[in-house]
Amino acid sequence: MRKSVFIAGVMLTVMASLGRTALKHEVFAVSAQQEPGSRVEVKIDNFSFGPAAITVSAGTTVTWTNRDDIPHTVVSTEKVFKSKVLDTDEKFSFTFTKAGEYPYFCSIHPKMTGKVVVQ
Amino acid sequence: MVRNTKDEILHDHNHDGVDRRGFLKCMAWAGTGAFCVMQGGVLKSYSMSRLSDMNPEDMKGELSFVQISDSHMGFNKAANPDVAATLQAAVDKINALSTPPEFLLHTGDISHLSKPEEFDGVEQILKSASAKDIFYVPGEHDVLNDDGKEYLGRFGKGAQPGGWYSFEKKGVHFLGLVNVMNLKAGGLGTLGHEQLEWLERDVKHLKASTPIVVFAHIPLWSVYPEWGWGTEDSAQALAYLKKFGSVTVLNGHIHQTMQKVEGNVTFHTACSTAFPQPKPGEAPSPGPMKVPAEQLRSLLGITDVNYVRGKHALAVVDSTLG
Repeated sequence: MRKSVFIAGVMLTVMASLGRTALKHEVFAVSAQQEPGSRVEVKIDNFSFGPAAITVSAGTTVTWTNRDDIPHTVVSTEKVFKSKVLDTDEKFSFTFTKAGEYPYFCSIHPKMTGKVVVQ
Repeated sequence: MVRNTKDEILHDHNHDGVDRRGFLKCMAWAGTGAFCVMQGGVLKSYSMSRLSDMNPEDMKGELSFVQISDSHMGFNKAANPDVAATLQAAVDKINALSTPPEFLLHTGDISHLSKPEEFDGVEQILKSASAKDIFYVPGEHDVLNDDGKEYLGRFGKGAQPGGWYSFEKKGVHFLGLVNVMNLKAGGLGTLGHEQLEWLERDVKHLKASTPIVVFAHIPLWSVYPEWGWGTEDSAQALAYLKKFGSVTVLNGHIHQTMQKVEGNVTFHTACSTAFPQPKPGEAPSPGPMKVPAEQLRSLLGITDVNYVRGKHALAVVDSTLG
Protein backbone atom coordinates (compact mmCIF):
# COMPACT_ATOMS: atom_id res chain seq x y z
CA MET A 1 0.00 0.00 0.00
CA ARG A 2 2.73 2.41 0.94
CA LYS A 3 4.64 1.46 -2.17
CA SER A 4 1.70 2.25 -4.44
CA VAL A 5 1.06 5.50 -2.64
CA PHE A 6 4.70 6.34 -2.99
CA ILE A 7 4.66 5.54 -6.72
CA ALA A 8 1.48 7.52 -7.17
CA GLY A 9 3.09 10.36 -5.31
CA VAL A 10 6.16 10.28 -7.55
CA MET A 11 4.02 10.13 -10.67
CA LEU A 12 1.93 13.06 -9.53
CA THR A 13 5.08 15.06 -8.83
CA VAL A 14 6.52 14.17 -12.20
CA MET A 15 3.31 15.05 -14.00
CA ALA A 16 2.99 18.28 -12.12
CA SER A 17 6.51 19.35 -13.01
CA LEU A 18 5.94 18.34 -16.63
CA GLY A 19 2.78 20.41 -16.63
CA ARG A 20 4.61 23.42 -15.27
CA THR A 21 7.32 23.09 -17.87
CA ALA A 22 4.73 22.87 -20.65
CA LEU A 23 3.07 26.07 -19.42
CA LYS A 24 6.36 27.91 -19.30
CA HIS A 25 7.03 26.81 -22.87
CA GLU A 26 3.80 28.34 -24.08
CA VAL A 27 4.50 31.66 -22.47
CA PHE A 28 7.98 31.94 -23.99
CA ALA A 29 6.90 31.03 -27.51
CA VAL A 30 4.14 33.65 -27.70
CA SER A 31 5.41 36.61 -25.76
CA ALA A 32 3.24 39.33 -27.32
CA GLN A 33 0.01 37.43 -26.98
CA GLN A 34 -2.92 37.40 -24.67
CA GLU A 35 -4.27 34.47 -22.75
CA PRO A 36 -7.38 32.91 -24.31
CA GLY A 37 -10.54 34.66 -23.17
CA SER A 38 -8.81 38.02 -22.77
CA ARG A 39 -9.74 41.26 -24.51
CA VAL A 40 -7.81 43.46 -26.90
CA GLU A 41 -8.71 47.03 -27.83
CA VAL A 42 -8.30 48.66 -31.23
CA LYS A 43 -8.89 52.39 -31.45
CA ILE A 44 -10.34 53.93 -34.60
CA ASP A 45 -9.20 57.54 -35.01
CA ASN A 46 -8.02 59.89 -37.73
CA PHE A 47 -9.14 57.53 -40.47
CA SER A 48 -6.96 54.69 -39.19
CA PHE A 49 -7.07 51.57 -37.03
CA GLY A 50 -4.65 51.64 -34.13
CA PRO A 51 -2.84 49.32 -33.90
CA ALA A 52 -3.38 48.40 -37.55
CA ALA A 53 -1.93 44.90 -37.18
CA ILE A 54 -2.36 42.82 -34.03
CA THR A 55 -1.60 39.26 -33.08
CA VAL A 56 -3.82 37.48 -30.59
CA SER A 57 -4.43 33.92 -29.41
CA ALA A 58 -7.57 32.00 -30.29
CA GLY A 59 -10.43 32.83 -27.96
CA THR A 60 -9.51 36.51 -27.67
CA THR A 61 -12.22 39.12 -28.05
CA VAL A 62 -11.16 42.20 -30.00
CA THR A 63 -13.12 45.39 -29.41
CA TRP A 64 -12.94 48.31 -31.85
CA THR A 65 -13.93 51.71 -30.51
CA ASN A 66 -14.56 54.64 -32.84
CA ARG A 67 -12.90 57.77 -31.45
CA ASP A 68 -13.04 59.62 -34.74
CA ASP A 69 -15.60 62.36 -35.39
CA ILE A 70 -16.81 60.55 -38.49
CA PRO A 71 -18.52 57.10 -38.68
CA HIS A 72 -16.56 53.99 -39.67
CA THR A 73 -17.18 50.28 -40.08
CA VAL A 74 -15.11 47.16 -39.42
CA VAL A 75 -15.57 44.65 -42.24
CA SER A 76 -13.61 41.46 -42.82
CA THR A 77 -12.46 41.11 -46.42
CA GLU A 78 -13.31 37.38 -46.24
CA LYS A 79 -16.74 38.24 -44.83
CA VAL A 80 -16.00 36.63 -41.47
CA PHE A 81 -17.29 39.61 -39.50
CA LYS A 82 -19.02 42.88 -40.26
CA SER A 83 -19.92 45.66 -37.87
CA LYS A 84 -22.86 47.98 -38.20
CA VAL A 85 -21.98 51.62 -38.82
CA LEU A 86 -20.11 52.94 -35.77
CA ASP A 87 -20.62 56.58 -34.94
CA THR A 88 -18.28 58.34 -32.49
CA ASP A 89 -17.81 56.31 -29.25
CA GLU A 90 -19.67 53.27 -30.57
CA LYS A 91 -18.01 49.85 -30.30
CA PHE A 92 -17.88 46.55 -32.12
CA SER A 93 -16.54 43.27 -30.70
CA PHE A 94 -15.65 39.97 -32.26
CA THR A 95 -14.26 36.84 -30.63
CA PHE A 96 -11.68 35.05 -32.74
CA THR A 97 -11.89 31.28 -32.21
CA LYS A 98 -9.94 29.95 -35.21
CA ALA A 99 -6.30 30.54 -36.01
CA GLY A 100 -5.59 32.45 -39.20
CA GLU A 101 -5.15 35.88 -40.72
CA TYR A 102 -8.12 38.22 -40.82
CA PRO A 103 -7.59 41.34 -42.95
CA TYR A 104 -10.36 43.92 -42.61
CA PHE A 105 -11.20 47.42 -43.76
CA CYS A 106 -13.67 50.26 -43.31
CA SER A 107 -16.35 49.86 -46.00
CA ILE A 108 -17.03 53.60 -45.97
CA HIS A 109 -13.38 54.62 -46.33
CA PRO A 110 -11.77 51.61 -47.99
CA LYS A 111 -8.25 53.04 -47.74
CA MET A 112 -8.46 52.24 -43.99
CA THR A 113 -7.21 48.71 -43.52
CA GLY A 114 -6.13 46.51 -40.64
CA LYS A 115 -5.33 42.90 -39.81
CA VAL A 116 -5.87 40.51 -36.94
CA VAL A 117 -3.55 37.50 -36.82
CA VAL A 118 -4.86 34.70 -34.64
CA GLN A 119 -2.46 32.08 -33.39
CA MET B 1 -10.77 88.86 -49.44
CA VAL B 2 -8.50 87.61 -46.68
CA ARG B 3 -9.67 88.26 -43.17
CA ASN B 4 -7.14 89.51 -40.66
CA THR B 5 -7.45 86.61 -38.28
CA LYS B 6 -5.04 86.05 -35.46
CA ASP B 7 -2.41 83.49 -36.26
CA GLU B 8 -3.51 81.00 -33.69
CA ILE B 9 -4.40 77.36 -33.78
CA LEU B 10 -7.83 77.22 -32.21
CA HIS B 11 -8.65 73.57 -32.76
CA ASP B 12 -5.65 71.32 -33.08
CA HIS B 13 -7.74 68.25 -33.71
CA ASN B 14 -5.00 66.46 -35.57
CA HIS B 15 -2.23 67.59 -33.22
CA ASP B 16 -0.20 68.54 -36.24
CA GLY B 17 0.38 72.25 -35.72
CA VAL B 18 -0.96 73.00 -39.23
CA ASP B 19 -1.19 76.72 -39.84
CA ARG B 20 -4.88 77.18 -40.54
CA ARG B 21 -4.39 80.77 -41.63
CA GLY B 22 -2.08 79.59 -44.39
CA PHE B 23 -4.78 77.20 -45.46
CA LEU B 24 -7.46 79.86 -45.33
CA LYS B 25 -5.35 82.16 -47.50
CA CYS B 26 -5.40 79.52 -50.20
CA MET B 27 -9.08 79.01 -49.75
CA ALA B 28 -9.82 82.70 -50.07
CA TRP B 29 -9.84 82.37 -53.85
CA ALA B 30 -12.45 79.69 -53.72
CA GLY B 31 -14.12 81.39 -50.78
CA THR B 32 -15.01 84.50 -52.74
CA GLY B 33 -16.32 82.46 -55.61
CA ALA B 34 -14.90 81.97 -59.08
CA PHE B 35 -16.59 82.37 -62.39
CA CYS B 36 -14.95 80.03 -64.87
CA VAL B 37 -15.65 79.97 -68.54
CA MET B 38 -13.90 78.16 -71.31
CA GLN B 39 -13.76 79.99 -74.58
CA GLY B 40 -12.01 78.59 -77.61
CA GLY B 41 -10.33 75.96 -75.46
CA VAL B 42 -8.87 78.49 -73.06
CA LEU B 43 -10.06 78.50 -69.50
CA LYS B 44 -10.63 81.94 -68.06
CA SER B 45 -11.61 82.65 -64.52
CA TYR B 46 -12.83 85.81 -62.89
CA SER B 47 -13.35 86.61 -59.26
CA MET B 48 -17.01 87.04 -58.33
CA SER B 49 -16.24 90.58 -57.19
CA ARG B 50 -15.44 91.48 -60.81
CA LEU B 51 -18.73 90.25 -62.18
CA SER B 52 -19.89 93.82 -62.79
CA ASP B 53 -17.07 94.12 -65.36
CA MET B 54 -18.33 91.16 -67.29
CA ASN B 55 -20.52 91.09 -70.33
CA PRO B 56 -23.90 89.83 -69.09
CA GLU B 57 -24.20 87.83 -72.29
CA ASP B 58 -21.26 85.72 -71.19
CA MET B 59 -23.14 84.95 -68.00
CA LYS B 60 -26.60 84.25 -69.27
CA GLY B 61 -27.50 80.79 -70.34
CA GLU B 62 -30.36 78.83 -71.79
CA LEU B 63 -30.02 76.35 -69.04
CA SER B 64 -28.92 77.03 -65.52
CA PHE B 65 -28.83 74.69 -62.58
CA VAL B 66 -27.16 74.52 -59.21
CA GLN B 67 -25.03 71.78 -57.71
CA ILE B 68 -25.02 71.28 -53.96
CA SER B 69 -23.21 68.52 -52.18
CA ASP B 70 -22.37 66.76 -48.93
CA SER B 71 -25.18 68.05 -46.73
CA HIS B 72 -24.41 65.23 -44.20
CA MET B 73 -27.77 65.61 -42.44
CA GLY B 74 -27.31 64.04 -39.02
CA PHE B 75 -23.72 65.22 -38.48
CA ASN B 76 -23.51 67.22 -35.25
CA LYS B 77 -19.89 67.35 -34.15
CA ALA B 78 -17.69 70.37 -33.52
CA ALA B 79 -16.92 71.10 -37.18
CA ASN B 80 -20.59 72.11 -37.59
CA PRO B 81 -23.17 71.41 -34.87
CA ASP B 82 -26.05 72.58 -37.10
CA VAL B 83 -25.84 71.26 -40.66
CA ALA B 84 -29.56 71.93 -41.18
CA ALA B 85 -28.95 75.65 -40.72
CA THR B 86 -26.11 75.73 -43.24
CA LEU B 87 -28.18 73.71 -45.73
CA GLN B 88 -30.97 76.26 -45.28
CA ALA B 89 -28.39 79.01 -45.89
CA ALA B 90 -27.49 77.27 -49.16
CA VAL B 91 -31.16 77.21 -50.17
CA ASP B 92 -31.46 80.91 -49.32
CA LYS B 93 -28.45 81.54 -51.54
CA ILE B 94 -30.05 79.57 -54.38
CA ASN B 95 -33.28 81.51 -53.98
CA ALA B 96 -31.36 84.79 -54.19
CA LEU B 97 -29.86 84.01 -57.61
CA SER B 98 -30.97 86.45 -60.31
CA THR B 99 -31.79 83.56 -62.64
CA PRO B 100 -33.66 80.82 -60.75
CA PRO B 101 -32.06 77.49 -61.54
CA GLU B 102 -34.15 75.01 -63.45
CA PHE B 103 -33.14 72.18 -61.16
CA LEU B 104 -30.64 71.14 -58.50
CA LEU B 105 -28.07 68.39 -58.63
CA HIS B 106 -27.10 66.91 -55.25
CA THR B 107 -23.82 65.05 -55.62
CA GLY B 108 -24.24 62.86 -52.56
CA ASP B 109 -23.63 62.39 -48.83
CA ILE B 110 -27.15 63.72 -48.50
CA SER B 111 -27.37 62.01 -45.11
CA HIS B 112 -24.65 61.28 -42.61
CA LEU B 113 -25.74 57.82 -41.45
CA SER B 114 -28.28 56.74 -44.14
CA LYS B 115 -31.12 57.23 -41.64
CA PRO B 116 -34.65 57.83 -42.97
CA GLU B 117 -35.11 60.92 -40.82
CA GLU B 118 -31.89 62.37 -42.22
CA PHE B 119 -33.08 61.97 -45.81
CA ASP B 120 -36.46 63.42 -44.74
CA GLY B 121 -34.68 66.42 -43.23
CA VAL B 122 -32.85 67.24 -46.45
CA GLU B 123 -35.91 66.80 -48.65
CA GLN B 124 -37.88 69.03 -46.31
CA ILE B 125 -35.34 71.86 -46.47
CA LEU B 126 -34.89 71.57 -50.25
CA LYS B 127 -38.66 71.90 -50.73
CA SER B 128 -38.25 75.63 -50.15
CA ALA B 129 -35.70 75.98 -52.97
CA SER B 130 -36.80 77.86 -56.08
CA ALA B 131 -35.87 74.86 -58.23
CA LYS B 132 -38.56 72.24 -58.09
CA ASP B 133 -36.66 69.36 -59.64
CA ILE B 134 -33.83 67.79 -57.71
CA PHE B 135 -31.60 65.02 -59.03
CA TYR B 136 -29.52 63.01 -56.58
CA VAL B 137 -26.61 60.62 -56.68
CA PRO B 138 -25.52 58.80 -53.51
CA GLY B 139 -22.41 59.32 -51.44
CA GLU B 140 -20.86 56.55 -49.34
CA HIS B 141 -22.73 57.92 -46.31
CA ASP B 142 -26.05 57.33 -48.09
CA VAL B 143 -25.67 53.59 -48.71
CA LEU B 144 -24.43 52.35 -45.31
CA ASN B 145 -27.12 49.74 -44.70
CA ASP B 146 -28.60 46.95 -46.83
CA ASP B 147 -26.64 47.92 -49.94
CA GLY B 148 -28.31 51.32 -50.09
CA LYS B 149 -31.91 50.11 -49.85
CA GLU B 150 -33.15 53.31 -48.18
CA TYR B 151 -31.45 55.56 -50.76
CA LEU B 152 -32.59 53.51 -53.76
CA GLY B 153 -36.15 53.33 -52.44
CA ARG B 154 -36.32 57.10 -52.23
CA PHE B 155 -34.26 58.29 -55.18
CA GLY B 156 -33.91 55.29 -57.44
CA LYS B 157 -37.26 55.52 -59.21
CA GLY B 158 -36.71 55.58 -62.93
CA ALA B 159 -33.05 54.76 -62.50
CA GLN B 160 -31.24 51.58 -63.36
CA PRO B 161 -31.32 49.02 -60.50
CA GLY B 162 -27.87 50.17 -59.35
CA GLY B 163 -29.10 53.78 -59.04
CA TRP B 164 -27.49 55.34 -62.12
CA TYR B 165 -29.51 57.17 -64.74
CA SER B 166 -29.47 59.79 -67.47
CA PHE B 167 -31.76 62.56 -68.65
CA GLU B 168 -31.77 65.42 -71.09
CA LYS B 169 -32.46 69.10 -70.55
CA LYS B 170 -32.41 71.67 -73.37
CA GLY B 171 -30.14 69.51 -75.47
CA VAL B 172 -27.65 68.82 -72.68
CA HIS B 173 -27.25 65.15 -71.73
CA PHE B 174 -26.89 64.45 -67.99
CA LEU B 175 -25.50 61.23 -66.51
CA GLY B 176 -25.91 60.52 -62.80
CA LEU B 177 -23.37 57.87 -61.82
CA VAL B 178 -22.90 55.80 -58.68
CA ASN B 179 -19.32 55.16 -57.58
CA VAL B 180 -19.81 54.43 -53.87
CA MET B 181 -21.07 50.83 -53.88
CA ASN B 182 -19.00 47.66 -53.52
CA LEU B 183 -15.91 49.51 -52.32
CA LYS B 184 -12.96 47.15 -51.98
CA ALA B 185 -10.42 47.13 -49.16
CA GLY B 186 -7.63 49.59 -49.87
CA GLY B 187 -9.51 50.81 -52.93
CA LEU B 188 -11.01 53.96 -54.39
CA GLY B 189 -14.47 54.74 -55.75
CA THR B 190 -15.70 52.27 -58.33
CA LEU B 191 -18.23 52.33 -61.18
CA GLY B 192 -18.23 48.63 -62.08
CA HIS B 193 -18.72 46.75 -65.36
CA GLU B 194 -22.51 46.90 -65.42
CA GLN B 195 -22.61 50.67 -65.08
CA LEU B 196 -19.80 51.18 -67.58
CA GLU B 197 -21.57 49.03 -70.15
CA TRP B 198 -24.78 50.96 -69.55
CA LEU B 199 -22.90 54.25 -70.00
CA GLU B 200 -21.40 53.12 -73.29
CA ARG B 201 -24.84 52.18 -74.62
CA ASP B 202 -26.45 55.33 -73.26
CA VAL B 203 -24.20 57.78 -75.13
CA LYS B 204 -23.47 55.71 -78.22
CA HIS B 205 -26.01 57.36 -80.48
CA LEU B 206 -25.65 60.94 -79.28
CA LYS B 207 -24.15 63.52 -81.62
CA ALA B 208 -20.60 64.55 -80.75
CA SER B 209 -21.84 68.14 -80.39
CA THR B 210 -24.15 67.22 -77.50
CA PRO B 211 -22.85 68.83 -74.29
CA ILE B 212 -22.41 66.18 -71.61
CA VAL B 213 -22.65 66.64 -67.85
CA VAL B 214 -21.61 63.74 -65.63
CA PHE B 215 -22.30 63.94 -61.93
CA ALA B 216 -21.12 61.45 -59.30
CA HIS B 217 -20.07 61.65 -55.67
CA ILE B 218 -16.41 60.66 -55.58
CA PRO B 219 -14.17 62.59 -58.00
CA LEU B 220 -13.73 60.93 -61.36
CA TRP B 221 -10.12 62.04 -61.50
CA SER B 222 -7.27 61.27 -59.12
CA VAL B 223 -7.39 64.19 -56.71
CA TYR B 224 -5.51 62.40 -53.92
CA PRO B 225 -5.53 58.58 -53.96
CA GLU B 226 -3.95 58.34 -50.49
CA TRP B 227 -7.20 59.63 -49.07
CA GLY B 228 -9.40 57.62 -51.44
CA TRP B 229 -10.11 60.74 -53.51
CA GLY B 230 -10.41 59.08 -56.92
CA THR B 231 -12.30 56.43 -58.90
CA GLU B 232 -10.55 53.23 -59.98
CA ASP B 233 -12.29 52.73 -63.30
CA SER B 234 -13.19 56.27 -64.34
CA ALA B 235 -10.74 56.14 -67.26
CA GLN B 236 -13.05 53.67 -68.99
CA ALA B 237 -16.04 55.96 -68.50
CA LEU B 238 -14.13 58.92 -69.90
CA ALA B 239 -13.03 56.83 -72.88
CA TYR B 240 -16.71 56.36 -73.79
CA LEU B 241 -17.12 60.16 -73.68
CA LYS B 242 -14.04 60.95 -75.76
CA LYS B 243 -15.96 61.85 -78.90
CA PHE B 244 -17.89 64.68 -77.26
CA GLY B 245 -16.78 68.27 -77.69
CA SER B 246 -17.81 69.36 -74.22
CA VAL B 247 -17.85 67.19 -71.11
CA THR B 248 -18.36 68.65 -67.64
CA VAL B 249 -17.82 66.39 -64.64
CA LEU B 250 -19.36 67.53 -61.35
CA ASN B 251 -18.33 65.76 -58.14
CA GLY B 252 -18.46 66.18 -54.38
CA HIS B 253 -16.92 64.11 -51.58
CA ILE B 254 -13.85 66.25 -50.88
CA HIS B 255 -15.71 69.23 -49.38
CA GLN B 256 -13.72 71.87 -51.26
CA THR B 257 -13.70 73.25 -54.76
CA MET B 258 -11.16 71.98 -57.20
CA GLN B 259 -11.03 72.19 -60.94
CA LYS B 260 -9.08 70.43 -63.66
CA VAL B 261 -9.28 70.67 -67.41
CA GLU B 262 -8.14 67.81 -69.58
CA GLY B 263 -8.82 68.18 -73.26
CA ASN B 264 -12.57 68.49 -73.71
CA VAL B 265 -13.29 67.49 -70.13
CA THR B 266 -13.68 69.96 -67.27
CA PHE B 267 -13.72 68.37 -63.81
CA HIS B 268 -15.17 70.32 -60.94
CA THR B 269 -15.74 69.46 -57.29
CA ALA B 270 -18.11 71.35 -55.04
CA CYS B 271 -17.98 72.62 -51.49
CA SER B 272 -20.02 70.86 -48.84
CA THR B 273 -22.98 72.61 -47.27
CA ALA B 274 -22.03 70.97 -43.94
CA PHE B 275 -18.30 71.14 -43.13
CA PRO B 276 -14.98 71.75 -44.88
CA GLN B 277 -12.15 69.24 -45.21
CA PRO B 278 -8.41 69.86 -45.47
CA LYS B 279 -6.59 70.28 -48.74
CA PRO B 280 -4.83 67.12 -49.97
CA GLY B 281 -1.97 66.17 -47.69
CA GLU B 282 -2.34 69.20 -45.40
CA ALA B 283 -3.62 67.12 -42.51
CA PRO B 284 -3.03 63.54 -41.36
CA SER B 285 -6.53 62.56 -42.49
CA PRO B 286 -9.41 63.90 -44.62
CA GLY B 287 -11.83 64.37 -41.71
CA PRO B 288 -14.10 67.31 -40.84
CA MET B 289 -11.98 70.41 -40.41
CA LYS B 290 -12.77 72.63 -37.49
CA VAL B 291 -12.48 76.36 -38.11
CA PRO B 292 -13.51 79.39 -36.04
CA ALA B 293 -17.32 79.64 -36.13
CA GLU B 294 -17.35 82.99 -37.91
CA GLN B 295 -15.34 81.52 -40.80
CA LEU B 296 -17.34 78.32 -41.30
CA ARG B 297 -19.79 79.68 -43.87
CA SER B 298 -16.99 81.08 -46.02
CA LEU B 299 -15.79 77.49 -46.51
CA LEU B 300 -19.20 76.05 -47.42
CA GLY B 301 -20.98 76.76 -50.67
CA ILE B 302 -23.02 76.07 -53.78
CA THR B 303 -22.11 75.84 -57.47
CA ASP B 304 -24.12 77.63 -60.16
CA VAL B 305 -23.82 76.24 -63.68
CA ASN B 306 -24.87 77.99 -66.86
CA TYR B 307 -25.10 76.64 -70.35
CA VAL B 308 -25.23 78.92 -73.33
CA ARG B 309 -26.00 77.18 -76.60
CA GLY B 310 -23.14 77.69 -78.99
CA LYS B 311 -20.53 78.22 -76.29
CA HIS B 312 -17.98 75.47 -75.97
CA ALA B 313 -18.28 74.68 -72.28
CA LEU B 314 -20.59 75.26 -69.36
CA ALA B 315 -19.86 78.20 -67.10
CA VAL B 316 -19.34 77.02 -63.54
CA VAL B 317 -19.53 79.52 -60.67
CA ASP B 318 -18.83 78.66 -57.04
CA SER B 319 -20.08 80.86 -54.26
CA THR B 320 -19.81 80.51 -50.51
CA LEU B 321 -22.49 80.75 -47.86
CA GLY B 322 -20.89 83.66 -46.06
